[in-house]
Amino acid sequence: MPDRNTLLRVEHLRKVYESANGDVEAIGDISFTMRSGELVCIVGPSGCGKTTLLKCLAGLLRPTSGLVEMDGQPVTGPSPAMAVVFQEYGRSLYPWLTVRGNVELPLRHKRLSRAARDKLVTDAIDAVGLAHAARSHPWQLSGGMQQRVAIARAIAYQPEVLIMDEPFAAVDAQTRADLEDLVRELHTTRGISVLFVTHDIDESVYLGERVLVLSASPTWVQEDLAVDLPVERDQIGTRALPRFTELRTHVYDQIQRAKRGQTVAP
Amino acid sequence: MHVLSIRRPRSLRKVVLGVVGLTGFLVVWQLIPTLGLINSQYLPYVTDVLARLAEEFRDLAFWRRLGHTMTSWAIGLAVATAAAVVLGTIVGLVPVLRRATHTVVEFLRPIPSVALIPLAVLLFGIRMQAALLIIIYASFWQVFVQVIYGVADVDSVARDTARSFGLTRRERLSYLVLPTALPYLMTGIRLAAAVALILAITAEMVIGNPGLGRMIELSRSAGDAVGLYALVVVTGLLGLLVNLVFRFIERRSLSWHQSVRGEEVL
Amino acid sequence: MTVHTDRIAQRSRGRGLGRRVVASLLYSLGLPFLLLVVWGLTATSSTNRFFPGPLTILEAFRETWIGPAFVDDVLPSLYRLALGIAASIVIGVAVGTLIGLFHWLRELLEPLLEFFRAIPPPVLIPVMMLLLGITDTMKVVVIVSGAVWPILLNTIDGVRATDSVMSETADSFQITWWERLRFLVLPAASPRIMTGVRQGLSVALILMVISEMFASSAGLGYRIAYFQRNYLIAEMWSGILLLGLVGVLLAATFGVVERRVLRWYHGIREVNRA
Repeated sequence: MPDRNTLLRVEHLRKVYESANGDVEAIGDISFTMRSGELVCIVGPSGCGKTTLLKCLAGLLRPTSGLVEMDGQPVTGPSPAMAVVFQEYGRSLYPWLTVRGNVELPLRHKRLSRAARDKLVTDAIDAVGLAHAARSHPWQLSGGMQQRVAIARAIAYQPEVLIMDEPFAAVDAQTRADLEDLVRELHTTRGISVLFVTHDIDESVYLGERVLVLSASPTWVQEDLAVDLPVERDQIGTRALPRFTELRTHVYDQIQRAKRGQTVAP
Repeated sequence: MHVLSIRRPRSLRKVVLGVVGLTGFLVVWQLIPTLGLINSQYLPYVTDVLARLAEEFRDLAFWRRLGHTMTSWAIGLAVATAAAVVLGTIVGLVPVLRRATHTVVEFLRPIPSVALIPLAVLLFGIRMQAALLIIIYASFWQVFVQVIYGVADVDSVARDTARSFGLTRRERLSYLVLPTALPYLMTGIRLAAAVALILAITAEMVIGNPGLGRMIELSRSAGDAVGLYALVVVTGLLGLLVNLVFRFIERRSLSWHQSVRGEEVL
Repeated sequence: MTVHTDRIAQRSRGRGLGRRVVASLLYSLGLPFLLLVVWGLTATSSTNRFFPGPLTILEAFRETWIGPAFVDDVLPSLYRLALGIAASIVIGVAVGTLIGLFHWLRELLEPLLEFFRAIPPPVLIPVMMLLLGITDTMKVVVIVSGAVWPILLNTIDGVRATDSVMSETADSFQITWWERLRFLVLPAASPRIMTGVRQGLSVALILMVISEMFASSAGLGYRIAYFQRNYLIAEMWSGILLLGLVGVLLAATFGVVERRVLRWYHGIREVNRA
């Protein structure tokens, strides 16, 4: 797909946490690129530094060395081109604001007319199917609905890429399936680029167009796998495809090998 | 190991900064009368105040006054605590009583204890009993309210568990109610100790029973600014000591319970 | 308006509403009434002149406080109290936020703040009298110098404890400094701030009374002390009653404001409990 231009470029990213009794190398050497409009999933064994990687990408954490480039510009701090959806929705949404207030908050400092801002907010809340709850407070909603609010807030911000940090790890299985389909839908209908971090292998294959498998810490990209499943996906049909099973088995094997440390750094 | 080695330089920094802050304060205090911003008749030199403080510490009469103050403090606190524990436990355990006493408690509690000073003087003159009335009234509510909260806070699942295992009333009281209420009680006693000290000194100032408070009032009417400031510093140190001791006791006896209680106890 | 509260409200709106209202009235007014009756009976039968009956006190209350004394003594006291409380809140929250936001500032000032908080507030009255003379300003400053500490220290704690994920959210959306203060730091600290204000209120009331007993020729505290010195017993009791009413009123007003400001906070706790 040569017509898609590069959106995010990560080169030789390395992150070392310094502590008094020895440094801890969380990320060894990560390089990858992501094109505009892609949905990329990142999976890895637990404790492989997924959250650290994501915070470095989002500009919330300064890498020890290496480069993160967004649209050709190096990322040195949080950027309006990215919006993060955190795993802890309960702590990421502000309980003293209504659903609408939460979605509107990041837009306040953007130079927008009142009408344009209202439209963006209403549109985003509609898109996640929460029009009826706009005036409620987050804590009055279920966990899945709260995470929808966080997604609405992120898309109203109109970022170029949506960064999601294990967003559905804390919701029950049925809600999770609904939320996965919501992400697919936002991706296909609105063409939003998504970088989705998860520890769930099935989820990564079901959602992604590409899956980046990370090694155990100190982390590098062990495999960059293209997911050649049809664009239209549904929870029952897609998961029953032989190709889906093959891919998830493959990723599963990779992760098992990563855990055992049977791979060698590039 | 890990935690300690990180903490040490930080706590050192904390001590150094704290000492710097304290020294800075003393220097500013010294400079204000030196530069003539405030006449030293009204704000004496800090060196004079410290010298007087050292003098007082060598004076037996000072320790006798301190003894008077602390005696009424200790008696008042003990009586108030005993009364509050007994009444609080009874009222807290019997729901009918709790509902019936609610209005009376809500009316009596906000009455500022110092409003009772004239009554105390009428009843007891300038004896220690007058001060005790005020001290006990003020500190009683601190403990009483906490005990009621604590006794009522027994977890319903824990209560059902106790019942289903057929624990007797006495067993329930000593294994369930007491451990639940204890943290609240300790918080109440800590607050009461501070309040009792405030009122012990206040009563001496206004009523005129012997003690530090009376000495403060005498210094003021004699125009002895140095003595007045020295005594204010003494009361501050005394308050600090009471706070530290009771906070230590509270933390010591309840290290296991801190997380359960949260902040809303205050 | 909301999903959860509606459901809770509906459940309690069931049958037997009338009976429940009567019961709760009985519960809330029964004991106070009983106590007043007992007090009245003992007062008429005993000869102790320090404890007049409730009716005598009520009569004295009407004669003493309803009229010019209200304007001369009560209103100025309440005005100073209100001014002192308002100033304490503004100073306490502003300075507390500043100290809470900067780690080094907190460490620099911590021992000093601990010391100042520990000084029993009434001993500052003689100091302020020395520095400012016996003036209305002095009385307001005295109130502030005592009431500001609980507010200040609780604000520091509240601001310091801002949740890390909430802060990261604000960072990732590049929220401005002012928006961060207004929509994150202050609301997150508000439960602690309100705790501090509640403690500050009772200190303020105490200081209002004492400063007037100590150094004044007017005001509520002065009047009560005056009645006592002149053995006007019923009048003195009526003054205590009035101070009690002020205290109750202050607590009730605070309760209303707190419930409004912290609606989200109480809402979360209710949801967690259900």
